[in-house]
Amino acid sequence: MHESVEQRFRGVAPAVDFWSLRLVEERNEEIAVRRGVVLPPQTSLDAGVMVTVADRGGIGYAATCDLTAAGLRRAAEQAVEWAHRSAHQSLLDATQLGAPAPRGEFETPVRIAWDSLPLRAKIDLLRRQSERLKPDSRIVDWGASLWYTEVDTAFWSSAGGQVRQRFRTLVPGLSATANAGSETQTRTFGGDAYARQGGLEILDDTGFHDAAPRVAAEALELVAAPDCPEGCMDLLLAPDQMILQIHESIGHPLELDRILGDERNYAGTSFVTLDMFGSYRYGSELLDVTFDPSNPQQLASYAFDDDGEPARKQFLIRRGILERPLGGRTSQRRAGLDGVANARATSWNRPPIDRMANLNLEPGGSTLAEMIAAVERGVYMQTNCSWSIDDSRNKFQFGCEWGRRIENGRLAGVVKKPNYRGVSATFWRSLAMVGDRATFDVLGTPYCGKGEPNQVIRVGHASPACLFRDVEVFGGA
Amino acid sequence: MRDYFDETAGHLATLLRGDEVFTCTLSAEESDFVRFNHSRVRQAGTVTQRWLSVDLIERRRHAGGGLALSGDRDDDRARLAHLVGQLREQREHLPEDPYLLYATEIRSSERAGESRLPEGGAALAEIHRAAEAHDLVGIWAAGAIHAGFANSLGQRNWYTSHSFNLDWSLYLAGDKAVKCGYAGFVWENAAFERRMADAVEQLAVLAQPPRTIEPGRYRVYLAPAALDELAGLLGWGGFGLRAHRTKTTPLLRMVEEGARLHPSVHVSENTADGVAPEFQEAGFLRPPHVPLIEAGSYRECLVSPRSAIEYGAATNGASAGESPLSIEIGAGTLPSDRVLRELGTGLLISNLHYLNFSDRAACRTTGMTRFATFWVERGVIQAPVNVMRFDETIYRLLGENLVGLTAEQEMILDPLTYGGRSTRSARVPGALVDDFTFTL
Repeated sequence: MHESVEQRFRGVAPAVDFWSLRLVEERNEEIAVRRGVVLPPQTSLDAGVMVTVADRGGIGYAATCDLTAAGLRRAAEQAVEWAHRSAHQSLLDATQLGAPAPRGEFETPVRIAWDSLPLRAKIDLLRRQSERLKPDSRIVDWGASLWYTEVDTAFWSSAGGQVRQRFRTLVPGLSATANAGSETQTRTFGGDAYARQGGLEILDDTGFHDAAPRVAAEALELVAAPDCPEGCMDLLLAPDQMILQIHESIGHPLELDRILGDERNYAGTSFVTLDMFGSYRYGSELLDVTFDPSNPQQLASYAFDDDGEPARKQFLIRRGILERPLGGRTSQRRAGLDGVANARATSWNRPPIDRMANLNLEPGGSTLAEMIAAVERGVYMQTNCSWSIDDSRNKFQFGCEWGRRIENGRLAGVVKKPNYRGVSATFWRSLAMVGDRATFDVLGTPYCGKGEPNQVIRVGHASPACLFRDVEVFGGA
Repeated sequence: MRDYFDETAGHLATLLRGDEVFTCTLSAEESDFVRFNHSRVRQAGTVTQRWLSVDLIERRRHAGGGLALSGDRDDDRARLAHLVGQLREQREHLPEDPYLLYATEIRSSERAGESRLPEGGAALAEIHRAAEAHDLVGIWAAGAIHAGFANSLGQRNWYTSHSFNLDWSLYLAGDKAVKCGYAGFVWENAAFERRMADAVEQLAVLAQPPRTIEPGRYRVYLAPAALDELAGLLGWGGFGLRAHRTKTTPLLRMVEEGARLHPSVHVSENTADGVAPEFQEAGFLRPPHVPLIEAGSYRECLVSPRSAIEYGAATNGASAGESPLSIEIGAGTLPSDRVLRELGTGLLISNLHYLNFSDRAACRTTGMTRFATFWVERGVIQAPVNVMRFDETIYRLLGENLVGLTAEQEMILDPLTYGGRSTRSARVPGALVDDFTFTL
């Protein structure tokens, strides 16, 4: 499709200072078995373009799913109209958009193609997992699912830019809910965190095939478990909770458009200010955080962002000191700061804004056993299930599916409803030990919400297990 | 748009074979989005999108799909034929769906409003003029929203709304701001100016040195926008039959133990007074009212067609997610103009932010204060309050600690635009609450 869209658009392209055209084609397939019943599979085929124009000092956009020559012409006219209409009220100098001319390609490496396994075989696979999620009658809801996505994007610009990128992602899911009277506990296969780029090999790589009995057993264990203890104690977080902690209290506050105020009406502002970059101590010396689009497995790896900026691995925080924000080309020019290639749009129908992509905490040198041994009294928590943080991304409270007490350097009993709260500006300074490669996991989430108009986007996070000292921990009501 | 949908549905019928049946829905909009920061335009544009969802059914086997309609007849027909072929092929590999239910009684309907929206530039000029001296940040979203349902049995439902939603904040400095909203179908400069004037007045109070309060329990007034945030959280699994039967509802204690809220609490799905389409994706119509909580006791659930079969109940036209679209919390008896006097000493909370469950089974919620929150003493506003985290169960908040609900409600049109512009609305009063727990 992309060649014909390009040709059609070039035939109607406006005579303006700069234009870009971004085509997104997306195919989704969702297969699920719930309570042993195969749900009707869902297939979707989306396609549309975003036209961006800079002209006479203004910037405008128009997005449309009408890919005929008439539809593209109309979109181009609308974008020009918005550029002219907003020119005298624009926050940006149109030159801050730049005139990118990127050229290149990206394609997700796939070892086992999604289509190599027939639908019937995928359903059989999910049915087998579903059966293993229901070991007894206390399990009242259970399910297994696969969500596969193909996204093909193309970017052209009047400056000669031409980029094609092909992404393949898979999100496997397992869940078991156990009930006893007024208590219900749900355990999952990492929430949606095993979202990665690739094909069916992700199921092998993440242990999906063997996880169901453990998920069910832990749901049953939780429903009979005591509440998480309350008090100030040490906190050991598994990677599938670390990703939420990184996302909410490092990722969002470092988004440069938030710092510049764009998100103040919706997602919020940031406790981080422009003057902090280069000197602010964000965390302990053990804290190394990178923007890394280079790991092909990770959910948000790419070669170019949606403004056409080439992407590469860069440190945001090194040895605890804040180095650079999550800001794309436009935000960098507004702020006068270096950033990263993270201007991203959820699809063809939204303009790019500063987003997380792959935001990772680099592994350290401690084994899991060493971290447990270093705790006199604490809790080990896995898998996020509750998240809340203030609009400056400071005061947070997070909850996990599963917890286990640590006493005198040893793992003790399982506890339910483990929660903790803290303040971003001080929490990361209590980072006491960082797990080694053996504790490191490549994860992500398909659901990061932000922007006006709203956009939900896929982001990747990789992290080891980490130990924090003196955290306010608590349990249920 | 309606003609094109009818024509597409008619074409879809010609693609059927044998005993096949289809249901389909259209979700479309042509929207202007103008994003503001520092009272200037950050991003401005138009989005035209049309999404067709199809469920292809043969007896009890079915598969679902969706595609973006380009508007080009030949192209759309070719892609629709491809999708139908794909769904037909998938269906061959599927077992029967024991919980399939779609409307077979034909109940067509139409709700199509004429556009009375201002031309794009007119409202923007007014917003720009009024905001020039301030720090305004937010979004203008306006244009047509279309929804349609069709099936091969002949049912047709149509919905068009031409609406605008200006969702904005006026900032003083840092995180001190007043949140505002102006939404509807006819733009009136005077109405907008009144809202701006109210916000500017509140900014003056926000200019006073802020107060930081200690964690603890306080008497608070939750303005309607704050209570709407709580209502939205409760709608996340609180009222759906599936959540009730799988024991995952946050209102589990109401269901399992007979726990009750305050007798003055009435919650309903009020489709009659909402702005959402009255039909859902399987062709069922929503009744005007579904009582969810009456006099503090749990009454009915929102029941999707699928849950209706799975759990042996009658559907009440809920969508698959079984969340309210037009929630109403009934008014109380406390006149709004007496709120400060009745509050006495405590916090006036205009907005809450980022709510979630900290103990779902106990319906314990957490979240933050945001925007204009004030410390009040003896009925007089004293100072803005820095943001605080609360952690509180709904049984205390709307139960034993509820002092009263205001006699006046506010109609709040949801400004969210994930995927497309929302048609969710809420009609809610304010709530005066004792011993509201702040933790951080």
